[in-house]
Amino acid sequence: MSQRYDAIIIGAGHNGLTTAARLAKTGMRVLALERRETIGGALVTEEIHPGFKVDAACHQAGALHPGVISDLEQALGVAPEIVRCDPAVFAPQIDGRHLLLWRDPAATAESIAALSRSDAENAKPFVELATKAAGLLEAAYDQTPPDLLSVGASDLWSLVRLGGRARRLGKRDMMEVGRLLTMTVTELLDEWFENDLLKGTLGATGISGMFQGPMAAGTAYMLLHNRVGMDSGALRSTYRVHGGIGVLSRALGDLAQSCGAEIRTSAPVVRVTIRNGRATGVVLENGDEITADRVISNADPRHTFLSLVDPVELTPRFVRQVRNIKYRGACAKVNLALDTLPSFTSGEAAHLGGVVSISPSLAYLERAYDDAKYGDISQEPYLEAVIPSISDPSLAPHGKHVMSILVQYAPYHLKRGAWDQSTKDQLAEHAIKTLAQYAPNLEQIILERQVLSPRDLETDFGLTEGNIYHGEMTLDQLFFMRPVPGWARYRTPIENLYLCGAGTHPGGGVTGRPGYNAAREILKDVKRR
Amino acid sequence: MLRTTPFHARTSALCQAQNWRRWAGYIAASSYELNHDREYHAIRSAAALIDVSPLYKYLLRGPDAQRLLNRVVTRDVEKCAVNQVMYTPWCDEAGKVIDDGTLSRLGEEMFRLTAAEPNLRWLQDNAVSLDVTIDDVSDSIAAVALQGPNSREILKRASDADLDGLRFFRLTSGRVQDVPVTISRTGYTGDLGYEVWVDAERALSLWDSLVSAGEPYGITPAGMLALDVARIEAGLLLNQVDYIPANKALIEARKSSPFELGLGWTVVLEKDHFVGQTALLEERKQDPEWQFKGLEIEWDSLEEIYNGFGLPPELPTVPWRTSVPVYSHDRQIGYGTSGAWSPTLKKYIALAHLQARHAEPGTELTMEVTAEHQRKHARARVVDPPFFDPERKRA
Amino acid sequence: MASQNNYDAIVIGGGHNGLVAAAYLARAGKKVLVLERRHLVGGSTVTEEIYPGFKYSVLSYVVSLLRPEIIRELDLAAHGLELLPLESTVTPLPNGDYLARWADHDQTRRELYRHSPKDAEAYDEFGTLMYHLAFAIKPILAMVPPDPTSLNPGDLRSLVKLGNHFRGLGEEKLYSLIKLMTMSSADYLDEWFETEALKATMSASGVIGTFLGPRSPGTAYVLLHHYMGEIDGAFRAWGFAKGGTGGVSEAIASAARRFGAEIRTESTVARVIVENGRAAGVVLENGDDIRASVVVSGVDPKRTFLDLIEPGELPGEFVHAIRRFRIRGSSGKVNLALDELPELACLPGRGPHLRGAISISPSIEYLERAYDDAKYGGFSRHPFMDIIIPSMIDPDMAPPGKHVMSIFVQYAPYELDGGWNDARREEFGDAVIDTLSEYMPNLKDIILHRQVLTPWDMEREFGLTEGNIFHGELSLHQLFFMRPAAPWSDYRTPVRDFYQCGSGTHPGGGISGASGRLAARTMLEDM
Repeated sequence: MSQRYDAIIIGAGHNGLTTAARLAKTGMRVLALERRETIGGALVTEEIHPGFKVDAACHQAGALHPGVISDLEQALGVAPEIVRCDPAVFAPQIDGRHLLLWRDPAATAESIAALSRSDAENAKPFVELATKAAGLLEAAYDQTPPDLLSVGASDLWSLVRLGGRARRLGKRDMMEVGRLLTMTVTELLDEWFENDLLKGTLGATGISGMFQGPMAAGTAYMLLHNRVGMDSGALRSTYRVHGGIGVLSRALGDLAQSCGAEIRTSAPVVRVTIRNGRATGVVLENGDEITADRVISNADPRHTFLSLVDPVELTPRFVRQVRNIKYRGACAKVNLALDTLPSFTSGEAAHLGGVVSISPSLAYLERAYDDAKYGDISQEPYLEAVIPSISDPSLAPHGKHVMSILVQYAPYHLKRGAWDQSTKDQLAEHAIKTLAQYAPNLEQIILERQVLSPRDLETDFGLTEGNIYHGEMTLDQLFFMRPVPGWARYRTPIENLYLCGAGTHPGGGVTGRPGYNAAREILKDVKRR
Repeated sequence: MLRTTPFHARTSALCQAQNWRRWAGYIAASSYELNHDREYHAIRSAAALIDVSPLYKYLLRGPDAQRLLNRVVTRDVEKCAVNQVMYTPWCDEAGKVIDDGTLSRLGEEMFRLTAAEPNLRWLQDNAVSLDVTIDDVSDSIAAVALQGPNSREILKRASDADLDGLRFFRLTSGRVQDVPVTISRTGYTGDLGYEVWVDAERALSLWDSLVSAGEPYGITPAGMLALDVARIEAGLLLNQVDYIPANKALIEARKSSPFELGLGWTVVLEKDHFVGQTALLEERKQDPEWQFKGLEIEWDSLEEIYNGFGLPPELPTVPWRTSVPVYSHDRQIGYGTSGAWSPTLKKYIALAHLQARHAEPGTELTMEVTAEHQRKHARARVVDPPFFDPERKRA
Repeated sequence: MASQNNYDAIVIGGGHNGLVAAAYLARAGKKVLVLERRHLVGGSTVTEEIYPGFKYSVLSYVVSLLRPEIIRELDLAAHGLELLPLESTVTPLPNGDYLARWADHDQTRRELYRHSPKDAEAYDEFGTLMYHLAFAIKPILAMVPPDPTSLNPGDLRSLVKLGNHFRGLGEEKLYSLIKLMTMSSADYLDEWFETEALKATMSASGVIGTFLGPRSPGTAYVLLHHYMGEIDGAFRAWGFAKGGTGGVSEAIASAARRFGAEIRTESTVARVIVENGRAAGVVLENGDDIRASVVVSGVDPKRTFLDLIEPGELPGEFVHAIRRFRIRGSSGKVNLALDELPELACLPGRGPHLRGAISISPSIEYLERAYDDAKYGGFSRHPFMDIIIPSMIDPDMAPPGKHVMSIFVQYAPYELDGGWNDARREEFGDAVIDTLSEYMPNLKDIILHRQVLTPWDMEREFGLTEGNIFHGELSLHQLFFMRPAAPWSDYRTPVRDFYQCGSGTHPGGGISGASGRLAARTMLEDM
């Protein structure tokens, strides 16, 4: 039995599959090993109650890298359908008013005007600035972060291009964008808007998945990060995969296989084998050893280096750096099977197709964070709920619905107690009670509920500390600092061992960008040999 | 306040000179008598009792203890038998020495490491995912060195341990009166001698037993000055004096590799991966830039210099530990880090960092001496340390 | 209406930076006039005898980073500057224990070892790294910020030099510096230490004067400040000025006068005269107008550009940038006259710790909760406090046997819910004394007089907009070439012949004098 590959990929998440496809496409023998029974990592659609299917972990599609989309189209004829929800966001307020963010800026402005006239006017220039900034980020995201100390000719060229792109913005905008990167989302939004609901609802994208409140520096960056590749004219966008996000994972799996990659599920890797400082293959839980010329880990950096690799192979300084990567998962999921559509005290059923955002103000978000900061779950959490069954009846029995709620904050490290059933129940109750203030019938229509704590996200999906981004997206863990300073180029101190997951540049989200970039770097090394 | 050692009740009562110095945040007697001369001679001709409790001590236990140590230190710990002691340095990733100390194998899965500086964090950083517990026992274990030609006789009288069978760099356990101790045949004097390790609470009773057993053999408490002369004669390095630990050096030039410190013999490059191995393998390919050697300053040259002022040679009877320039034909090619007049050898000796091409034994160099406020160059000859290495040390 | 037209330069505000600028201009032979609103010079750097016989360093109370080159070039020692050691920091803990850091390295190490052997070890390594980073940062503090968007050769040269400087640091230090610039002090210190009180007391220095908590990103780099002093060596950039901080201002003013500068107190500038787009002098509140070739403002950017200049004289974009410049005050000050020496419950008696700082910062959570109060518009019920007893360092600060105590308090937001008034001020003072009494049981019985300053008072009495002690928050996007607003970070302004030299410019903050010195240099280049 010949078990030798050109490349083994540990973990068939969407980034791993992207890398697998791109490597296999060049004729390499690629094997992707997935611990779970299904591929897709955190992008899975599961049945939580007979007939009710929900995106268990990640419930929004991001902006896939255009290269991945064209790979999908080429190989499969058609890429999975991305639903661009309209309105993107429905944000109710306790007094019965609400905010709607539509794809059409004029419609959005009209909704804002009901809350604040000046805010409605400022929306357009704000979107313009944010789009410029996101455009600059996108250019940086396509590149492998330069090595600051030994900038080679090709790095220099890409830096110059990036610099050129920045300069094209013009002096004033360039300063403005530069300023944004380190700001707090509160400072940013306070400069532009006055209405609390609007600021809360925009600010929510700056803290989503973060163990930070909106008053933390770097949250303005996160707002921009979440805009990269999305609708450029809208204040916020909500994308969803028709049929559930699992459809996207399956498509990426099909793509990888059509390129010649082999995928094995239920095949947990326990160790990367290393000989003389080089990765030579992996050992599976069942003891099988598979050799390969290179090993590429889609798992997060901490798991990769402290569990899969024998740390003795690494320098103490590198180990220290890896241990210092901040994870600190901040959110949980509550998934509900509903008997009917919840009825909100304001708005219409037609408004519920995108995200229902409970974010009445930045102070509300900050207070939610205050609880978590001291190790408690938020009494009144920030909620991002979606009811995909409205536009996709295949997800629930006729007339019934599924609702998926991202609940923040739910700190991985609890000060009191542990993430046991009673804490999870408490979390779900906080979330449902909070939402029920806006949709009073909610509690009566719940048929089944599934709660995924940060601890569950770790055990079920292998996300260290339940961090959905494979490492916090804070300024000190971005670009050439991601996953650790000096090793941001997808390579690792172990020769022939690479990273391709969200723990690398440009980080989390359903984009395929880390996987896409990693494949490019790996292929460079393959060619060099 | 600075700390006092578990022997302080005794040492402070004995310290007529009130001459104390710092050692790792403790105070330690520089000399007990007004002059350290007799304390030094006790080391070389009778027996000296030296409080070495301020050493940092770590107890490493567990199935991976050997693996951890082998990863950290440069010597091959696999070769260290139970009840054996190894002297070893350890390095950072660039192969520069962080510290040095002795490694005692107390059991199959139990070691004690001594260090001049704190190393707990470093050990823990290297222990990630290893099955080993590391305890800092610096405060809970006291240590006293009994050094000198009569030390064996004294210990034989004081303890039930088999000392005749105890070879150089081996250890044994036993009792002194009813106090359980570990005795290692080690020391920092280059002479026949032992170090006795004891629970801090029982320290005083150990001291008393040794003193009363040693009385007929001339046992003398000795301070740091006497010890310093002895260790210079023995060519033994002192952290922060003869080299700067890599993790504390402010600039690269202040760091040294084991090869540059004359510790090449402790580096086992062939063993499994250890911290600094890659850099040391690389360095081994070339000759080190620096060597750490002994210098014997010529008496005639000293006499010439001092006679020029109408003086007899004035000699450093108290050991020095400053940086003193060393020259070859008036060009500086190194620096001395410690030196003293050796009463035993009747020579002025020094330990020095020398550029490698000037470090061959026998090379004629000059070292700066200040005579009557003027800087002069005294002729000196390179020698391989130790300066003094009596047979009884190993016999 | 009197009109005088014989000055080369007018300096608005006799704070320490204004005085430094004046001294350097005068030293270069310029005819300089300093105009100070109050009856004494120094601005926030003053000593006043508010209660008979007791001298308060009213606002700023330690000399943090006074640039050694200023001490040297203005020969401040000859003008009476004497810096006394302030070397220990004691943090009392709620459990009756304490954590101390002493002047003596071994003693500190032993003390830390008592709390955590690992931390004692890490502390040295941390110190070595900070030493290197402080060394790396030093040239930046001493440079006029270049404009990174500019293509002019001077700026580009400066940028390339800066780039090379950073690359020259080597990987480990460069990345450490970037982490330090972007992380929260709590997170940064978590990478090194485990002792709560140590982390809290160190990070407290990172939040002083900011409206941020120790968990807020961007607070870590101020940790460096403590080590900046170390590389200035024997100049002792960190200490207590004999006679209180007013002693620093007096020395600089004396130097300025010696070089020929004229200093007028009780002269309030009403506005800057701008003619044909150039500054031509100032008009005083009493109607006098005084002419000069150039005018430089040492007051904060808001006051400088929004009050002293006619709005029409500045580009709208610049005014917008100054308007959004963040300057939220976050701290208060309580000065006490004491009948006898206060006693720390954790360290009773008259120990050496009373000659150093006492920090009420038992844990990160304590500081963070203090911040939480302020975030939502309240003052901290249990605030962070940095305390010194100046009379223990300089006995002349109080009558024999009596003492003064200086308490820096954080957080006290300028925008207090319901607004500040006399009653709220005293309520705030009570919270401070109550909290402190938990650690100093005899405190309440020995208070002879108490002065409480809120951000509101600092604005009214010292002209600090919103009571911000740094003339603008030291957040990342308000530093270096963005301080106070790009591209006007080189001490010039959109109005020709009008300059700025206060803490609201690079590098800003603390009694450093760097802004005043760099501004004078720029002005002299232009003149």
